[in-house]
Amino acid sequence: MGIVEAILLTVITAATPLVIAALGELVTERSGVLNLGVEGMMIIGAVCAFVATQQTGSPYIGIIAGTVSGALFSLLFGFLTLTLVANQVATGLALTILGLGVSGMIGEPYSGQSGAKLPQIVFPFLSDIPYLGPLLFKQDLIFYLSIVLIFAVNWFLFKTRTGLMLRSVGDSHSSAHALGINVIRTRYLAVLFGGACAGLAGAQFSLVYTPQWTENMSAGRGWIALALVVFASWRPWRVVIGGYLFGAVSISQLHAQAFGIGIPSQFLSALPYLATVAVLIVISHNRRTTLINTPASLGKSFVPDR
Amino acid sequence: MAVHEQAVDGSLLAVDKLTKVFGTFAACDHIDLAIKPGEIHALLGENGAGKSTLVKMLFGVLAPTSGRILWQGEPVRISSPNAARKLGIGMVFQHFSLFEALTVAENIALSMAPGISLAKISEEAATLSRSYGLPLDPKAHVADLSVGERQRIEIVRALLQNPRLIILDEPTSVLTPQEADRLFDTLAKLKAEGRSVLYISHRLEEVQRICDRATVLRHGKVTGACDPRQETPSSLARMMVGSDVAHVSAEGTSARGDVLLEARHLSAAARTPFAVSLKDVCLKVHGGEVLAIAGVAGNGQSELFDALSGEYPVADANAVQLRQKPVGTLGINARRLMGSGFVPEERHGHAAVSALPLSDNLVLARSVSDRKAFLGGGRLGIIRQDAVKRATKRICEVMDVRKSGEDPPAGSLSGGNLQKFIVGRELDRQPSVLVVNQPTWGVDAGAASRIRQALVDLAKAGSAVLVISQDLDEIFEVATEIAVINEGRLSDAYPAKDLSREKIGLLMGGMQVGKQAESLDAH
Repeated sequence: MGIVEAILLTVITAATPLVIAALGELVTERSGVLNLGVEGMMIIGAVCAFVATQQTGSPYIGIIAGTVSGALFSLLFGFLTLTLVANQVATGLALTILGLGVSGMIGEPYSGQSGAKLPQIVFPFLSDIPYLGPLLFKQDLIFYLSIVLIFAVNWFLFKTRTGLMLRSVGDSHSSAHALGINVIRTRYLAVLFGGACAGLAGAQFSLVYTPQWTENMSAGRGWIALALVVFASWRPWRVVIGGYLFGAVSISQLHAQAFGIGIPSQFLSALPYLATVAVLIVISHNRRTTLINTPASLGKSFVPDR
Repeated sequence: MAVHEQAVDGSLLAVDKLTKVFGTFAACDHIDLAIKPGEIHALLGENGAGKSTLVKMLFGVLAPTSGRILWQGEPVRISSPNAARKLGIGMVFQHFSLFEALTVAENIALSMAPGISLAKISEEAATLSRSYGLPLDPKAHVADLSVGERQRIEIVRALLQNPRLIILDEPTSVLTPQEADRLFDTLAKLKAEGRSVLYISHRLEEVQRICDRATVLRHGKVTGACDPRQETPSSLARMMVGSDVAHVSAEGTSARGDVLLEARHLSAAARTPFAVSLKDVCLKVHGGEVLAIAGVAGNGQSELFDALSGEYPVADANAVQLRQKPVGTLGINARRLMGSGFVPEERHGHAAVSALPLSDNLVLARSVSDRKAFLGGGRLGIIRQDAVKRATKRICEVMDVRKSGEDPPAGSLSGGNLQKFIVGRELDRQPSVLVVNQPTWGVDAGAASRIRQALVDLAKAGSAVLVISQDLDEIFEVATEIAVINEGRLSDAYPAKDLSREKIGLLMGGMQVGKQAESLDAH
């Protein structure tokens, strides 16, 4: 395996959780809910996945534990913002802070233990394809899930009636309500999906990326996932492109150091955010693309009047 | 009501003593209405008469407080728009319930039964829209469409359900005359197919042109049921605006003063697709006069207020004159400094910050115009709490503002009391020019009369007062001169005592204004 392939493999590993978490948040935001708690849900997913794996010895149970715990944690957000109509921004920030704290508490006894790494699933023959084979067909389950998720989210949002209803709720919740769509239920489900994805992305940290538990191991990648959704202007395929781009940038910090290239690592870690700002400037410049892509009800609470 | 019982027989939809109460306010009060199969039935009334509330109950958006709805003679409970659609009721909203980010076909699909592919819906919508003369491109994004095209989507969406009754809420208020003609052709076609139409409007001309029967609402009550073709525009207008003669207050004003507020050929382009552009508006208000501007909401009143107050200055400085000085390009504070006061329409969020106490709201409005009185410390602008508290107390006493506590948040006051405060806040400065938009909208009778008295008193003291209002009772109570605004054009001003309600009703409905507009265009 050449050096290029090795670098690409690390890029894929770095990009996969970003893509998963961002796709989940994209669905949530498309329904009009801004959940800034991605970082918190991710870290909860990471710690629960690790603990479950250590307890049962099966990283697959770890994946399930990570996903379910992320979803349950997002349910708290849903209850506060959708049922109790709390401010979404404040609640999301609180969720992140709470998640970082709770995960540290849960993970304390497991800190420093080395865990089981999620095994690779090798596709016979396909994995023998030169260059591409080892990159795409000699990977772990979470990578394959991320690929399935890309197609599934795109298909769901733009080809199914339920996806259409979800987008309509995000565009104008009062109009959707007038059409008889259950706005609150749609948003609950979207928030749950976002939470599950963030939990799954978190599980990737503690089962694949670095198979162990350290406090704050998500290291701000939840925020990158959030930025990614805006960067992608709420389009799933752009999330994928952006995810791999941002993944490559974060890996290049390491490689740049290894090769002794004199770009400050702080600049590289700021790059995703700079790119997001640039994209925001571009899309907000064009009223039409903003209208068509941005969920117009994003962050607005819905209280039906009756 | 025996007459009503007969009407209910054989009707497609009938409502019996339908009532909707918001708090203590009855938006709809024991409404009776019967719609026959294959008729175009008009629901006439001024803004705030309860038309939209009634229709929302029929379409399951609002739940009635009491009363019955009968569909083909059977009592039904319409609990949601879906239930209404299942019965066979289709609705075209005044403010479209469309999704801008979605395509035409997607918008239509959302209101259809599940399980039909988008491709099939596109095809059906295209066929249907062609057959009714409502061309539509299913793949277009709503954000790119004109208002008329958006309405077509709503109509096609309603028609795809194959409804027996189609409700149209003020459909022509957003259409050009050509688009309206097209709509009338479509309605005639629907009628020929045996469908019923409930046509909500305040435009007498249209109603007489296309409707078979009319039910007239005023202040939430039915004031008439008739065949509009048998009526004259003035008899319809009388039912709509009421025939009881209001006691016009004895103005008792001294001689007319100088012209203090003037608009000279004031024009302003519409800022949003739903706004109205001002077209060559000319008006003069002398000291000692109250000029009232009547008109149905959404005909340019807010735009006129914005231009006169300077919330949105206009390009031509000469178009607005305060005390004979051009101020068109100046902002609201510069105009306040010249001795004028402005009270906008929306109490909450525009005239006052609900969460802040009254004293803060006072400072926010007058921190520039009364800087010396309220702010100290030179450029630091430290608020003189004592002076502000005293002024707040004074305003509340003069205007009889009832409140809990010394200085409660604006939002905790009732609508009437907050409105008294907001008007009093400007009157406290003894402005030589006062512009008020809808001074007593949604305000109880006691507060309304207090506010009106204050406006009359200000004019008596020699100031020029301009009142924009939809309430004819109010206009006749306060005005010395009356003009009517329709589609952004202002009629000539007539002395209040020379104008009848019928004439105002006609001007409001857009009749005779055509002639007026031509004479203005000829300038």
